[in-house]
Amino acid sequence: MQASPSRTRLNRRTAIKIAAVALGMFGFGYALVPLYNLACQVAGLNGKTGRIDAQAAAVAAPSARTVTVEFTGNATSGLPWEFRPLTKRIDVRLGETVTVKYYAHNTAQESVTGQAVPSVAPSAAAPHFKKIQCFCFTQQQLKPGETREMPVRFTVLPDLAPDVQTITLSYAFFNVDKVSAQKYGGEAAPTETHPAHDHARGANG
Amino acid sequence: MATATAHHDAHPTGITRWLFTTNHKDIGTLYLVFSLFMFFVGGTMALIIRAELFEPGLQITNPHFYNQMLTLHALVMIFGVIMPAFVGFANWQLPMMLGAPDMALPRMNNWSFWILPFAFTLLLSTVFMQDQGGGPAGGWTMYPPLAIQGGIGTDFTILSIHMMGISSVLGAINVIATILNMRAPGMTLMKMPLFVWTWLITAFLLIGAMPVLAGAVTMLLTDRHFGTHFFDAAGGGDPVLFQHVFWFFGHPEVYILILPAFGIISQVIPTFSRKPLFGYNSMVYATASIAFLSHVVWAHHMFTVGMPVAGELFFMYATMLIAVPTGVKIFNWIATMWRGALTFETPMLFAIAFVILFTIGGLSGLMLAIVPADFQYQDTYFVVAHFHYVLVTGAIVAIFAGAYFWLPKWTGHMYNERLGKWHFWLTMIGMNLTFFPMHFLGLAGMQRRVPDYALQFTDFNQWASVGAFIFGFSQLLFVILVIQAVRGGKRATAQVWEGAEGLEWTLSSPPPYHSFATPPVVK
Repeated sequence: MQASPSRTRLNRRTAIKIAAVALGMFGFGYALVPLYNLACQVAGLNGKTGRIDAQAAAVAAPSARTVTVEFTGNATSGLPWEFRPLTKRIDVRLGETVTVKYYAHNTAQESVTGQAVPSVAPSAAAPHFKKIQCFCFTQQQLKPGETREMPVRFTVLPDLAPDVQTITLSYAFFNVDKVSAQKYGGEAAPTETHPAHDHARGANG
Repeated sequence: MATATAHHDAHPTGITRWLFTTNHKDIGTLYLVFSLFMFFVGGTMALIIRAELFEPGLQITNPHFYNQMLTLHALVMIFGVIMPAFVGFANWQLPMMLGAPDMALPRMNNWSFWILPFAFTLLLSTVFMQDQGGGPAGGWTMYPPLAIQGGIGTDFTILSIHMMGISSVLGAINVIATILNMRAPGMTLMKMPLFVWTWLITAFLLIGAMPVLAGAVTMLLTDRHFGTHFFDAAGGGDPVLFQHVFWFFGHPEVYILILPAFGIISQVIPTFSRKPLFGYNSMVYATASIAFLSHVVWAHHMFTVGMPVAGELFFMYATMLIAVPTGVKIFNWIATMWRGALTFETPMLFAIAFVILFTIGGLSGLMLAIVPADFQYQDTYFVVAHFHYVLVTGAIVAIFAGAYFWLPKWTGHMYNERLGKWHFWLTMIGMNLTFFPMHFLGLAGMQRRVPDYALQFTDFNQWASVGAFIFGFSQLLFVILVIQAVRGGKRATAQVWEGAEGLEWTLSSPPPYHSFATPPVVK
C-alpha cells in the first residue's frame, strides 16, 4: 500500500520471473514422459521387449545353455475374448528361434479389435528377449464368434545374464475402442464398487 | 495520533471487508479460519473411517463410500488444512517479522485465498453425486488405471486440484517476492527468523512441485476424455509413469507440509527456553539440504513397482541421507532447551510434543526406506502410522504450537491457559492412542485402504477408533478457546511472552491494521 513505485516494479519483476519458473516446471512434468520412456529403453526396464528380424536372429549361433520360458496372458475386462497361451512353458536353447501359439476366441456378437501389450519378467531379461513375429505388432480383429491361433516367434539372445533361469512372457489384451470397452467392461460403470475394492487389495497384482 | 490511526485503519465492514481485503492480516485470518473449518470436515471423514473400522466386517459404509472417505480425507487434510494453515501463518507473520507493511503482492494475495473455497466446493460436491459414481475413490494419489476408470467425481477432483495448485503457486510467488524484496533495512537474509527461512524454502518447493502435479492430473484428464494414452497400456502408455510423475511432486510436497512446522518450532522453543536458537546457521543449511534432497528420493514411495536394484539402492541411500539434516534439527532444538530457563505454557508443550513425536515418525520413515523391509510394509497400516506421525503429530501439532504462540499477538487477549492444557493433553492421549497401534497392525500385515479386516486385528483397531473419537472431539475445546480469546480476556502485552524476541513482538497486541508503514531499522 505504502510501497514505493520502484518497489512495486521490483515485486512485479520477481513475480513474473517466478511465474515463468512455475510454467517451466509444468512443462517439465510433460518432459518426464519421454525421459521416462528413454530411461526404460536404455535400461530395458519395465519388461519392455525388443524386436529383431529373422536374419539378425539367425546370426546368433544356438548355444547349449537352455532357459525356461513361461507364457501367460489375459484379456482385460473391456475385451469380450477368451485368450490364453496354448503352450504354458517351454525350454529354449539360447539363440534358437522358437514359435509358440496363443488361443483367442471372440465371445461377442460383433467384430472386436484388440491390441496386445507384452511384458517380460524379470526385467533384466527383457533386453535379451527378442520377438521376430508377434500378434502384438499389429491390432487384431476377430469376427463374431471367431477363433484364432496367434503365433509368436522369438529368440533369447545368448548374452542373457547367467543367473536368469526362467523368463515369463505375459500379454495383456486390450480393447482398442473405448466405447466398446465400456460396453463389455463394467469397470467404467460409475456405481460399480468392485474396482476400487480390488485396487486396495492388489496394489502389486 | 488516535484519530490518525483510526482513519488509517479504516476498512470496509461486513462481508465486503473479507471479500475485497488486500490486508495481510485479514487474509491470514481467512486462511486460518478456512483451515480450521476444513480440519473438522476432514476429521469427520476420518471418524467415519474409524467408526467403520471399529469392528471387522461392514457396518456403516459400503466399500465404495469408504474409499471415497479415505480419498477425500487425505485431499482435504493435505490441501485444505495443513497447507492453508501454513499460508495463514505466513500471511500474518512474514510482514511483521520482516518489518514490511504488507505482502509484496496484496491483490494476488486476495485471489490466492478466494480460489480455495471454490476449489473445495468443487471437490466436496462430489459426495452428493452418489448416483453418478460419487467422489474420487481411488486414493488421493489418483493412480491410473483406477483414476481413468472413475466416474465424474474424478473430473471434479482433477479440476479442483488445478485450482488448489494455482492458489498455492500464487501464494508461493507472493512469499518469495515478500521475503526477497520487502525486508526492513538491516534485515539481512541470515538475520531472518527461522520461520521466514523455512517458508522461503517451502515456497521454492511449491514452485518446483505443484506445477508437476498440475501436469500429471492434466495428463489424467486428457487420458480420460481426449484420447491421449499417457497411462493407458493399450495405447502404448504406462501406468507406472504416473507414479513417477506424481511422486516427483509428492515427495517435495511432504516437505512443503513439514518445513514451515520446523520454522514454527524454531520460534517457539527458544522463546520458552529463554535462550537464542542453538545453531541458527546449521538450521538454515539443514532446511535447504532437506529441500534439495526431497527432489531426488521420490521413488521410495514405489519400491515394489519393479525397479532395477541400482535404482532401489540409490533411492534407499538418498532417502536415508535426509535423516542427517533432520537429525541436525532435532539436535539443535534439544540443545536450545539444554540448560534453558524452561516454562511449559501450551505452545511449549505442543513444541516439545512435536520434537518427540515427529522423531518417532522420522524413525518409522527410516524403516520404510530400507528396500527389503519396505517390500513387507508397502500398503500396510505401518505406512499409515508413519505418515500420520509426521503429519498429525508433526505438522498439526506444530500448527497448534504456532496458533497458541501467536494467538495473543493476533487477538490482543491471552487465551485460557487452563483450557489450552486440557486441549493439549486430550489431544496427546487421543492422537497417540489412534496412531500408535497402527504400527503393530501394519507389522502384523493389516492392509491399508480396506474397510474390512481379519479378526485378529480387532483389538488394536478398537483402541485406534476410541483414540480417534477422543482426538476429534477434543478439538472442539480449541474452537471454544479461540472464540474466547477473540471476544476478550486478559489483555496481552506487546511482548506477550517473557522470552519472545523479534520485530513482531515490538508491535502492540493486537497489531495495528497497517503495521510498519515506516520500516524499522534492524541492527
